[in-house]
Amino acid sequence: MLKKRLIVCLLLRNGVIVQSKGFKKYQNLGNPTAIVQRLSDWCCDELIYLDISTEPAYDLRRDDLKGPNRRSINDIISDVAAHCFMPLAFGGGVRTLDDILLRIRAGADKVVVNTSALESPGFITQAAREFGSQCVVVSIDALKTGNAVWEVYKNGGRVPTGRAPAEWAREAEDRGAGEVFLNSIDRDGMGTGYDLELLRAVCSAVNVPVISCGGVGDWEHLKQGLDAGASAVAAANIFHFTENSVYNAKKHLFEGGVDVREPVFFAHNASVEMGENV
Amino acid sequence: MTKKIGVINYGSGNFTSVYNAFRSLAPEVRVIDRPEELLSVTHLVLPGVGSFISAMERLTKMGLVDSLNKAILTGRPFLGICVGMQVLADVGFEHGEFRGLGILSGAVKKIDSHGLRLPHIGWNEVEPVRENILYCGMRKPIFYFVHSYHFVSNSLSVVSGTCDYGNKIVCSVSHENIHGVQFHPEKSQRDGLHLLKNFISA
Repeated sequence: MLKKRLIVCLLLRNGVIVQSKGFKKYQNLGNPTAIVQRLSDWCCDELIYLDISTEPAYDLRRDDLKGPNRRSINDIISDVAAHCFMPLAFGGGVRTLDDILLRIRAGADKVVVNTSALESPGFITQAAREFGSQCVVVSIDALKTGNAVWEVYKNGGRVPTGRAPAEWAREAEDRGAGEVFLNSIDRDGMGTGYDLELLRAVCSAVNVPVISCGGVGDWEHLKQGLDAGASAVAAANIFHFTENSVYNAKKHLFEGGVDVREPVFFAHNASVEMGENV
Repeated sequence: MTKKIGVINYGSGNFTSVYNAFRSLAPEVRVIDRPEELLSVTHLVLPGVGSFISAMERLTKMGLVDSLNKAILTGRPFLGICVGMQVLADVGFEHGEFRGLGILSGAVKKIDSHGLRLPHIGWNEVEPVRENILYCGMRKPIFYFVHSYHFVSNSLSVVSGTCDYGNKIVCSVSHENIHGVQFHPEKSQRDGLHLLKNFISA
């Protein structure tokens, strides 16, 4: 049977991986490509990179990052993809079909769209027609505003839209989204678990897979997310600080009877040289 | 004779990933951009993502339809991945009815998952139907899938692997030198790379 997925979400800000809290505080964590091999070896099911940069080009002058200076998001995607034998999704700043094409050509399997889909829902349909629904993930950032009431925000969680997440998820699906990536803004970086009520509401509204994100502080939170109906559970911050954390998270789920891929360490030394684009 | 893997570049999204995966395993991997190059390699790989019709349109535009048919008839090992496998069929029913390459008899139809969420996205266990070079040396292989349509073969004997998703789904087909996999070996870590290695040894 289809396994439940454990997805690592990496936030990219001006070329470096960062940790975030409430979509506001950011702490630099390092080079975007160094982490990929390790994650792949330790049984990560998928990777999602979200580019939350404020500048379109990055110039990594820090010697300690041990990587050549990179100029654009596509260079970063190419480097990451060269070492990534697992599914890769990229989001952040995806506004046009060309943006999607460039990322796919660079090596991404899926793209994540958020603000551009809200502002022009027809974009989802165009993208699905051109690249296939399975390539289009619609990301929904939701803030809890009352008892069992949430509002969808755009522009990196800064601008309210007046829309309810379940209703927007349903429209996104109708328009051709292949998956929904659901983020809780208020739970982000708090470590208190997913907003399960929000998750349940969106899962029951759509028939496409839902990926839950925002709030994981404990491996048990991942299990709660899957029990609430998520097809995949994602987290960002928690995976940065514990050694072999992806493996441990998977082990916790697997031993708890959750149907995930059995955690097995697999080292593959790719001989693909960095920077060789085809 | 040295093995030369030719990965066909017809604008398919997963070309780079497939190319990179083979580069990490095989000494010689080439990009096939033109029909003439198909016979310059020992193994042919056709990647594919997106819709059936867009793949067929691109293959037709590049003049690859007839030449690919001929190249496959020479007996060199061929591997189609995802949509690259689906186009082997006579016909595909995604967004309409469209002709495929007609190399393996069958049709590409929407998965009937008995209510389970579609697309079929994620890691699923594949059951090899019989001894097959693709799965040689693997125990309980698991691969990454991302699709809503699958190949329904007119001949059960070409089906080489299936998986469960509400219903049985065709995961791979094999007939003489022709192989096709619905899942993405280039994205399936250990088992995926193992399968590609097996294909190289064909």
